[in-house]
Amino acid sequence: MKVNVSFARGLLFGAAALGMLAGSSLSASAEEVLNIYTTREPGLIKPVLDEFTKETGIRVNTIFIANGLEERIRAEGQNSPADLIITVDIGRLAAAKDYGVTQAVKSEALEKVIATYRDPEGHWFGIALRGRVVYASKERVKQDKITYEELADPKWKGKVCIRSGQHLYNISLIAAMIAHKGEAKAEEWLKGVKANLAKKPSGGDREQAKDILAGVCDIAVGNTYYVSLMLNGKDAEQKKWGEAINVILPTFEGGGTHVNVSGLALTKNAPNKANAVKFMEYMVSDASQQIHAEANSEYPIKAGIKIHPTIASFGELKADNIPIAEIAKLRKKASELVDKVGFDQ
Amino acid sequence: MIAETQTVFRLSSRRKAKRLPWWLSAAVAAIGLVVLLPLAALIEIAAEGDTEIWPHLIANVLPASIVDTMALLAGIGIVAGSMGITTAWLVTAHRFPGRGILVWLLPLPLAVPTYITAYIYVEVFDSAGLVQTALRGAMGWTSRGDYWFPEIRSLPGCILVMSAVLYPYIYIAARAMFLTQSASMLEVARTLGASRIKLFRIIALPLARPALAVGVSLALLEALNDIGASEYLGVRTLTVAVYNTWLNRGSLPGAAQIACVMLAFVIGLILLERHGRRDRRYAASPKRHRTVHPVPLFGMRGWIAASLCAAPVVLGFVIPTAFLLRETLRGRLFDQFDAEFLAHFMTTIGLSVVATCAVLVLAIVLVSAARLSKNSLTKGSLFVAGLGYAVPGTVLALGLMTPLVGLDNLIGTLWRSLTGERIGLLLMGAAGGIVIAYVIRFLSIATGSLSAGLDRVSPSLEDAARTLGASRREMVWTIQIPLMRPALASAALLIFVDCIKELPATLLLRPLNTETLSTLVYTHASRGRFEDGSLAALVIVLVGLLPVIQLVRSAEARPRVAESTDSSATSSPVPVEQS
Repeated sequence: MKVNVSFARGLLFGAAALGMLAGSSLSASAEEVLNIYTTREPGLIKPVLDEFTKETGIRVNTIFIANGLEERIRAEGQNSPADLIITVDIGRLAAAKDYGVTQAVKSEALEKVIATYRDPEGHWFGIALRGRVVYASKERVKQDKITYEELADPKWKGKVCIRSGQHLYNISLIAAMIAHKGEAKAEEWLKGVKANLAKKPSGGDREQAKDILAGVCDIAVGNTYYVSLMLNGKDAEQKKWGEAINVILPTFEGGGTHVNVSGLALTKNAPNKANAVKFMEYMVSDASQQIHAEANSEYPIKAGIKIHPTIASFGELKADNIPIAEIAKLRKKASELVDKVGFDQ
Repeated sequence: MIAETQTVFRLSSRRKAKRLPWWLSAAVAAIGLVVLLPLAALIEIAAEGDTEIWPHLIANVLPASIVDTMALLAGIGIVAGSMGITTAWLVTAHRFPGRGILVWLLPLPLAVPTYITAYIYVEVFDSAGLVQTALRGAMGWTSRGDYWFPEIRSLPGCILVMSAVLYPYIYIAARAMFLTQSASMLEVARTLGASRIKLFRIIALPLARPALAVGVSLALLEALNDIGASEYLGVRTLTVAVYNTWLNRGSLPGAAQIACVMLAFVIGLILLERHGRRDRRYAASPKRHRTVHPVPLFGMRGWIAASLCAAPVVLGFVIPTAFLLRETLRGRLFDQFDAEFLAHFMTTIGLSVVATCAVLVLAIVLVSAARLSKNSLTKGSLFVAGLGYAVPGTVLALGLMTPLVGLDNLIGTLWRSLTGERIGLLLMGAAGGIVIAYVIRFLSIATGSLSAGLDRVSPSLEDAARTLGASRREMVWTIQIPLMRPALASAALLIFVDCIKELPATLLLRPLNTETLSTLVYTHASRGRFEDGSLAALVIVLVGLLPVIQLVRSAEARPRVAESTDSSATSSPVPVEQS
C-alpha cells in the first residue's frame, strides 16, 4: 500500500533526524558550555552571545520559553541543564526568585554597574531598560508633555489605544500606579483610562501605532524599542506606522517615566556556574552593553554607553523613582484591578 | 484502579468475551495510565493551592469570560458547522462549475494553524491592514472614523478566523458520511418529489448528525484550548483567565483549578455527546449503499453553489497562504532557508513521524484489545485515550514535566550505578518529552478512527475465522489490521498534520537549541515581528498540505473501491464513532 511505503520512508527519515538531534545534545560534553533559558527570543540577544563565544570560547546553548520557564527549571530540579535565566519584566525576575529556582550572586563587577535595578540579595540583575511610553499622533496631537494620570482625563475620550490590560507590560505600569497613588486612586485612574479607550484592548504594541496611523485613536501606550524596530526595519509599510507617531516620555505626577528591565538570574542548580557568572559580568562590559543597546534599542544600564539614536531622539529619560522590587510585589493586585474594572471587556 | 478490574468479563450477546493475555492487558493499562499522568499531575497541582482566588474570579472574571467562551464556541459551532455541512452536501449531491477542484481544495485549511491565521487576518483586515489602507486610498477617506468596516479584533472576528480553519473537521466527516450513506435514501426522496432544500433538511442534516457531532466537538476543543488567536483578537476566554491567574497573579495552583473545572466540563460534554449518539450507527449496515448520483445545478444556481463552496477555501486557505507568500517574497525571506532552517525542518518532520508511528501502534493495541475482549479495562483505557485531546497543550506539558523528569532521574540513577557516568535528563534532553506529549494529545484521533473502522466490520468475519481455528494473533494480523488500513492511513495523516502544527507543548518541552517550524514562527511573533516568520509558516502549510491531499485522494477514491468490496470503504478520515 502506497501510504505505508512513504510512511516507512518517513519513519527512517524521522529516526535519522532524531538521531542527529540526540547526537548533538550528547556530543558536547567535553567543551565549555553555558545553557541559557530565556523568555526573550534568542534572535534579540544573538549578537551578544556570538561575541561572548568569540571572546571566551564558551559555547552558548539556548532555549526560548515564553511562559512556564520557571516551572520547567523547577521540575527539572537537580539535573536541570539550565545555568542562566534571561527574562524581561521585573515581575518575571521576582517570580523566578520566589519560585526558588535562582541563587544569589556576589560580584563586584555587577554591583558596581547596576546600582538600582537589581535584587538586594543578588538573585537577579537588570542589564537594560525600556520605557513604557505614549505614542501620539503626529498629525492630531500637539502637546509634547503628558502624565500617566492624564490618560484618564476625559479630554481623551475615545482617543486612547492600548493592548490587553493583563499583558505583563501593562500590569507593571498599573502596579507602579498603585505604588504611587494607592489602590483606590489607581482603580479610579484605570476606570478613567478604560472610559477613554477607542476600542477594546487587543493586539500588540505595534498594532496600537498602526491604529494611530489609521485614525482609530490619537494616543496609545507602548514600549520604546518597538518604535525603533518600526522605524529602522527594512520594511517600508512599517516605517509608515512609526512615522505616524511621536513618542512622548510620560511621567507620573511627582515621579518619572515607568521603566522595566530585562535581566539575568543564576539558576539554583547551575551545572556551569562559573561560566554563567562570567557571562553575567560580560553583559555589563562596555562592549556588550553597546552591542545590546544597538541591536535591541533598549536603554543600556551602564552610564556612558551611547543610546540608540532613535531612542535618544525621544528626549532624556527620567526614570521613575519607585523601586522596581516594590512594583513587582503589587503585580497581583494590578492584575486583579484589571479584572475588577473590566478593562479588557 | 482500572488494572484491577480486568477480571470482570461481560458476555456479549453473540460471542463470549475472550480473556486477554496478561501482557496485552498490562500494555492496555499502561497506555491508559500514561494518558492519565498529566491529568493526575494537574489535579495534584490544583490541590496544592487554597481557594483564595475564587471570590475574585467569581466576582470579576468568570461571568464575562464564561459568556465570551460560550459565545465563541457557539459561534464557531454554527459558522464552522454550517460551512462544513453545506459545502460537503453541495459537492456530494450536486454538480456545478468548479466542483471537481473544490473537492480538493475544501480540506486544505486543515494545514493552516489557527494562531497564524489570526495574525494574518489582523495584518490584512485591521484598520491599518492591507484592505482598509487600500480602501482609504481609493475612496479618499482619511481616518477610520470616515467609514464603516467590520472589526477583526473582536469576538465575531475571532469566530470567523477560527471557523475558517476549523470547518474542515466537519467537512471531512460529513462528506464521508454523505458519500457512503445517502444514495438510496436520496433517490427515494427525489422520486417522491422532495425539493432540493427539503432533501437537505430531511436527509442531509439528520445523516450528518454524527459527523457534525464529532467534527464540531474536535473544532470546539481546538478553539477552547487556543490561547494565541483569542488573546491577540481580544477575546477573553476561560483559557485566557487560566493564563492570567498563572502568570500575572503567580498562582499556578489557581490556574490548575480553573483548568480542572474546564476539563470536567469538557469531559461532561464528551460523555453527553456520546450518550446522544448511542444506538445511532448509521454506518453499521454491512450492505454497501451505492454512491450518490450528483444532480447538476445550472446557471445562476450553479454559480451560487460554486461561490458558497469557494468562500471557505478563500478564507481559510487562499488568504493566509497568499499573505505568507507575499511577506516571504517582500521580505526576501528565502535567505532564511539555510542549514539551520533545514535542521529545524528535519526536527519537525522527525518528531511528527516518530510521534505518529507511536500513536498508531498504541492505538492498534488499544483498539484490537478492545475488539478481542470488551471488558472494563479495555473500554476504560479507550475512554481515557479520548481525553488527551481535551487537555490544552500547555496544561499537558506542565503536567508532564514532573513525571518525565522523575523517569529521567530514574534512568540517570540506573545509568550511573551501571557505568558511573552522569547522563543528565535523557528524555527531556532528547525531545522524548515532546513525542510523549504528542502521543497523549493525538491518541484519540487514532483510536476514534480505528474503532470507527472496526465497528463497521461485521463480527461474523471474526467468528468465521475463529471457527476455522485462527489464533488471536492471526485474527489481529490477518483480519483486523488489514481491515483497519484505510482508517489507519487517514488517522496517520491527520495526526501528522496536527503534530506539525502543535505549538504549546513543543515550546515548553523541547531541549536546548531545538526548534520546530511552529516554535520558529512563534519566536518571530513574540518579538512583534510576526511577518519575519512567514517562511517557516509557509513551510508548515506546505508540509501539512501533502498529507491533506493524500487524505482527500484516499477519501475520494473510496467510493469507487466501495462498489467492489464491502469492508475497506467504511472508515471516514475523522473519527466518526468514538465508542
